[in-house]
Amino acid sequence: MKFGVVVFPGSNCDADCYHAVKNVLGAECDYLWHQDRSVAGYDAIILPGGFSYGDYLRTGAIARFSPIMAAVADFARAGGLVLGICNGFQILLEAGLLPGAMRRNIGLSFRCEFVNVRVENTDTPFTSAYRPGQVLRLPIAHGEGNYYADPETLAALEAGGQVVLRYSEPDGRISEAANPNGSLHNIAALINKEGNVLGMMPHPERASEAILGSEDGRGIFISILRYLERRRGK
Amino acid sequence: MGLTDEEYARILELLGREPNETELGMFAVMWSEHCGYKNSRPLLKLFPTQGPRVLQGPGENAGVIDIGDGQAVVFKMESHNHPSAIEPYQGAATGVGGIVRDIFAMGARPIACLDSLRFGDLKERRTAYLFSGVVAGIAGYGNAIGVPTVGGEAFFSPSYQGNPLVNVMCVGLLEGAPAKGAAAGVGNPVLLVGAKTGRDGIHGATFASEELGEDSEERRPAVQVGDPFREKLLIEACLEALKTGYVVGIQDLGAAGITSSAVEMAGRAGTGMELDISRVPRREPGMTPYEVMLSESQERMLLVVEKGREDEVKRIFRRWGLDATTIGRVTQDGVMRVWDGEVLAAEVPVRYLTEEVPTYVREGRVPDYLGPAQSFDWHALPEPADYNEALLKLLSSPNIASHEWIWRQYDHMVQTNTVILPGSDAAVLRVKGTSKGLALTCDGNGRYTYLDPYTGGMIAVAEAARNLAACGAEPLGLTDCLNFGNPEKPEVYWQLKQAIEGMAEACRSLGIPVVSGNVSLYNETDGRPIFPTPVVGMVGLLPDIEKRAQQGFRGPGDLIVLLGSTEDELGGSEYLYALHGLELGRPPRLHLEREARVQEACRAAIREGLLSSAHDLSDGGLVVALAECCLTGPNGPQGARVQVPRGGLRRDSAYFSETQSRILLSLPEENLPRLAAIAERLGVPYSVLGRTGGERLEVDDAISLPLSELQRVWKEGLACHL
Repeated sequence: MKFGVVVFPGSNCDADCYHAVKNVLGAECDYLWHQDRSVAGYDAIILPGGFSYGDYLRTGAIARFSPIMAAVADFARAGGLVLGICNGFQILLEAGLLPGAMRRNIGLSFRCEFVNVRVENTDTPFTSAYRPGQVLRLPIAHGEGNYYADPETLAALEAGGQVVLRYSEPDGRISEAANPNGSLHNIAALINKEGNVLGMMPHPERASEAILGSEDGRGIFISILRYLERRRGK
Repeated sequence: MGLTDEEYARILELLGREPNETELGMFAVMWSEHCGYKNSRPLLKLFPTQGPRVLQGPGENAGVIDIGDGQAVVFKMESHNHPSAIEPYQGAATGVGGIVRDIFAMGARPIACLDSLRFGDLKERRTAYLFSGVVAGIAGYGNAIGVPTVGGEAFFSPSYQGNPLVNVMCVGLLEGAPAKGAAAGVGNPVLLVGAKTGRDGIHGATFASEELGEDSEERRPAVQVGDPFREKLLIEACLEALKTGYVVGIQDLGAAGITSSAVEMAGRAGTGMELDISRVPRREPGMTPYEVMLSESQERMLLVVEKGREDEVKRIFRRWGLDATTIGRVTQDGVMRVWDGEVLAAEVPVRYLTEEVPTYVREGRVPDYLGPAQSFDWHALPEPADYNEALLKLLSSPNIASHEWIWRQYDHMVQTNTVILPGSDAAVLRVKGTSKGLALTCDGNGRYTYLDPYTGGMIAVAEAARNLAACGAEPLGLTDCLNFGNPEKPEVYWQLKQAIEGMAEACRSLGIPVVSGNVSLYNETDGRPIFPTPVVGMVGLLPDIEKRAQQGFRGPGDLIVLLGSTEDELGGSEYLYALHGLELGRPPRLHLEREARVQEACRAAIREGLLSSAHDLSDGGLVVALAECCLTGPNGPQGARVQVPRGGLRRDSAYFSETQSRILLSLPEENLPRLAAIAERLGVPYSVLGRTGGERLEVDDAISLPLSELQRVWKEGLACHL
């Protein structure tokens, strides 16, 4: 099983994802350069957090034009697993691999803190290691995590079980107070209709070791690994 | 330009002719306090700079200390006060950028930043504007470059009203030997890499070396504009280039731009340099040699590369989308020769710009305010009628209230090393692949230093070290930012000298070398100096990161123990300020030998695994520290019930005195005998105050408050002003 972590100019969680996959999970992992035109040979692609191209225009708006993104889109269309974390989620939205858009946080400032998210769908390649309704303690760190989609799209997302994580109270209740950025329906993570592209604002790689205060994020990587092993076994 | 008539005369004498405009500009910046340390250099020699672990002391881009396993920690602190007073966002942002470049110029990967902020009264709208702008600037830059901002401090007093202080510290981790900032190897090419050069920030160094006044707003063009995206690319490209082994010397372009970097690099190697500035990539046409030599455009570095290897180095920068241009070569004649194409634009022996910087040993004078201020007797003030109210008032002071509003805007977790997050006495980072941890803090009390500069200097060092001890670390070394007024005023010079002497004594006594630092003088507005404010940034080592402590109470049923003893010291306290609006009295004394023993006892207890928490006592004294321990528990707020031994003190003094050398501990009862043994072995007094548990903080029969109320007041104390 081989993971590829894409390095855009301005990515800054690339090394953290690499560390979580390689050293914590013990899986194979390589960095992929934004100018590469192929992702052949990889089983899962991670678009890491950061400020790709400075995010000066709009988060993720330039990165989607990187040569590697065409290869990532082809990979996704062919059923490959793509995980976008934070800026990676924003890039997936800009690239049209996930529906909707991000606006600035409702308080207009960057927020870095641990939040609680409830797992809404465990029937995905990214969340099978969790229990339905399980509450995870994961860090966020972003200025634009305020998810928006038009009502029809939102209804379709809800109906299709595409909302994978939702900001919640520690006991799992969904409340406005638990929403750190104003995201519609408290959405923290989304999956595409086909179920192989996940975008999430919280950082699972920052919560994969006990010494960092939470291991709740490791389930994301473990789920991916299990899914790939099963798929290979078939 | 900031040169005096005597200094100009000296330049004529050295050159034997009139300098041209470019040369004069180069002298002005290199002889400014900011670059030349002409007032502070003789005083800085008082600091101890040696130690068994010190690999690089002051003089390079940053200090370097060995932490074993072929690794070293690299750190430095720098001020960006004047730019931030005029243009808060960019002033603070470029402050971060500059200090981060100093760290990777040593070959180290930047792993953390801390910021030490001093502002005026937050009730003033301009203060709130400047303060939020500075925090946003630090966040905007630091978050984008992927270096976590893990700690710092913020303090508010009317003294900083027109002249806020923005000090940023950066810490890096180095594998292998440090890079050099020397232009060695005659004939080696000199490369300018990174951003293009524009007209921004011309004469920032001289601006930084004069007082702020009515016309300071006009100096806005002297403030640079930062591009954190380019900085991030520059970090990666420079670290990659250094790995090739072909980079002989490297230095960032900070204050005074190409001039200071080229001159300092040649100065360190005893060489000269020949530059052709017509080759410098420009952002705008028509720049004069003067402008190119003095531009402080950000995100640039100067590299000296092994001859014949330039292409390999340039290829790395191009891959990261950055310019890399050969603009000159190293010469042996010790002269800085600047060509603009065919025209000789400047020709000055390097030595004149470095070694010949005039230094001033000035006469100090005890300031007139000091006697009356120190003899103020707070015993004449009435005791608070209601101690619940007194405590709530203290907790709502922006100096004591939760600073989460600040650090929540900073990405403090990127790089996945932050083990103790902001909000405890010190931040702790793990060192991946080892069992080691690094503890980081910064500290400095300008109010104490105003009221007693010598003691204030000592306490700045001692308290930083105590912060580290409270999480189980031993101090490795320190960096400092000396923020003072105009040293040409005898009273300010006296404050500076006293504070440095105090700091130096504490360093010697506690065995902590000074490995880097920065001096920021002329912090005055309309002739009024700020509180003299030495800020100390300190790095400590935890040999085993599993043996660490944080400040909050962990759970119910633990004993609460005070290490150290309380004396009648409310002078200069936050209590006097928050309740009476007074910044007067004699600040607490410091007994260095006692301090060392208290720190050792705390460290020993942590390493034996005895403690649930440890918190350094500082602003607000014992009862404020108790409330902080209740509110910052890792498992949520935790109540406590305590009896405070009065020892003949008035109740307000027993509760809020800021006596030094005290640490508040909590521990399971069965560990008390072992803690007692440590305390007795080291001769440290201790007292058992009470127990954790419940939903309230109860102190004697004077204070009883629900945690929810404490938390509300403490959480809103700062945020409600912003």
